[in-house]
Amino acid sequence: MARSRHAFDVRHQSGFPTIALTCFFLLYLPIATLVVYAFNSGTSIATWEGLSLRWFQAAWNNDKVIDASLRSIQIATCAAVIATAVATMAAIATTRTRPYRGLNAKYAFINMPLMVPEIVVAVALLIFFSRIKVATGYSGLGYLIAAHTAFCIPFAYLPIRARLETMDLSLETAAADLYASPWQAFRRVTLPLLWPGILAGLMLAFVISLDDVVITEFVKSGGQDTLPTYMLGQLRRVVTPEMNAISTVFLLLSIAIVTIFFFVSRKRS
Amino acid sequence: MGTASEIARRIEAKDIRDRWLLSAPALIIIALCAIGPLTIVFVYSFLTPGDYGDVVWKFSPDAWISVLFQRDIFDGTWSFADAHLSIFWRSVWLSLMTTLLTLVLGFPTAYFIATRPERTREIWLFLITIPFWTNLLIRTFAIQEVIRNEGIVNALLTGTGITDRPIQMLYTDFAILLGLAYVYFPLMVLPLYASMEKIDFRLVEAGYDLYANRWKVLRRIIIPLAKPGIVAGSILVFIPSLGAYVTPRVLGGGVKLMLGNFIELQFGQGRNWPLGASLSMTLLAIVLAALFMYIHFTARRGGNTHG
Repeated sequence: MARSRHAFDVRHQSGFPTIALTCFFLLYLPIATLVVYAFNSGTSIATWEGLSLRWFQAAWNNDKVIDASLRSIQIATCAAVIATAVATMAAIATTRTRPYRGLNAKYAFINMPLMVPEIVVAVALLIFFSRIKVATGYSGLGYLIAAHTAFCIPFAYLPIRARLETMDLSLETAAADLYASPWQAFRRVTLPLLWPGILAGLMLAFVISLDDVVITEFVKSGGQDTLPTYMLGQLRRVVTPEMNAISTVFLLLSIAIVTIFFFVSRKRS
Repeated sequence: MGTASEIARRIEAKDIRDRWLLSAPALIIIALCAIGPLTIVFVYSFLTPGDYGDVVWKFSPDAWISVLFQRDIFDGTWSFADAHLSIFWRSVWLSLMTTLLTLVLGFPTAYFIATRPERTREIWLFLITIPFWTNLLIRTFAIQEVIRNEGIVNALLTGTGITDRPIQMLYTDFAILLGLAYVYFPLMVLPLYASMEKIDFRLVEAGYDLYANRWKVLRRIIIPLAKPGIVAGSILVFIPSLGAYVTPRVLGGGVKLMLGNFIELQFGQGRNWPLGASLSMTLLAIVLAALFMYIHFTARRGGNTHG
């Protein structure tokens, strides 16, 4: 009985598992190679000369790398917090309601940064911000934070909206019946229930901001390299395993955040 | 004092007003720092290039004409701009090939994940998602290392004696294709999985009961049921491929340009901002057309494609 079921599984398609496992292997092979060579003691990123941590040390002692990393984290933190705050408000405004005029337009507009090619937005911001820079004389990190916030909003918005759609209004109505002010009802009822969605949105926005290359490359003023734009600049030169070391740390950070995100959103369902 | 229905209407009007106020910050930020500036690009595409970049405020249709044509410096006649056309062609062709490659490999992968027992399914999905959330530049750099002349692929090829010299893969169209397929692979697998997960395998069983073979079941039952995922995945891979900048820059090495790099060139060494602007608008138009076709396709199929 068991044998015959094994011999003919309706879900089976021959060759598919082989292709799938090969794909998984190929998906991780380049990343694994990159990580392994970060520990190379030689100066080559292709010839293995022995185990060493010298390139991690080199990256750690490289002021430009530390500088760019701190700037990346600063921008990502600001952008993610602002984007999540405004996305939460927008999500509350666009869910749990009867359709009203402009609702679909709002929804489409919030998701617009996902659809327009990044290079086009980058070019537009280059022109727009260079005008403002000339007009105001301000050339600080504000431009990068503003630009990052804008493209992070849809990423923060989606999980918050998804979470809100699973919550009905009855608890908030009950709170209002018990004389809670709208703000109290929000603080004590909506926010605690919405928290996993907000946390997921915040983490997504943070990772997206941290990863951005194109828009940052076009918007940044001189001396405002983030870690990705610094790396992009370095890739033009002769690459040493220092790049692998930086990438490895960066990868670990992203994977850690995604893993937390995975568990937060899994608890949700 | 109004009637009850009037009061209800007023409450609803206030609710809608509050909702607009609440969404205003997000809308304003996106308008100012993402979508609004696109109108400036549109305006710039009709101006004259300045000598040192930027523009001179004088109307000129030249930027739009030179998207496809070029003017002979000596006699002023227009002819097809072969260089521009070849970049357009490379962008579209590589994006289509990327879509096809990820589809052919992503379909079995998504199917494999969808047919795993529920408990391990999440782990496989997680393994697909991880590379997607790691930095695109790092993944491109990883591909660069693997296919460079001293990389492990060439080491394997020469080591096993298949070739006696390393094959130049970096800075070719093949490298860009490989890189694009590698970085956008998860974008194909995830929507495919989403549609396959919902497949009712009793339909497949019925197919076998009616003497269909595996190939027929795949072609007549599984592929049609996975169609929304196929379309969504193809759009999700095609659009970012077409506008790709980082991957062709790193793997094409400035030799093999795609549209994104060509646009950047106009704002850098090219010093032709209007041309860069008109090329950006062209790219945007192609992307919006693709999206429009997608929305049209899903709308025609009705609500069953959603959720």
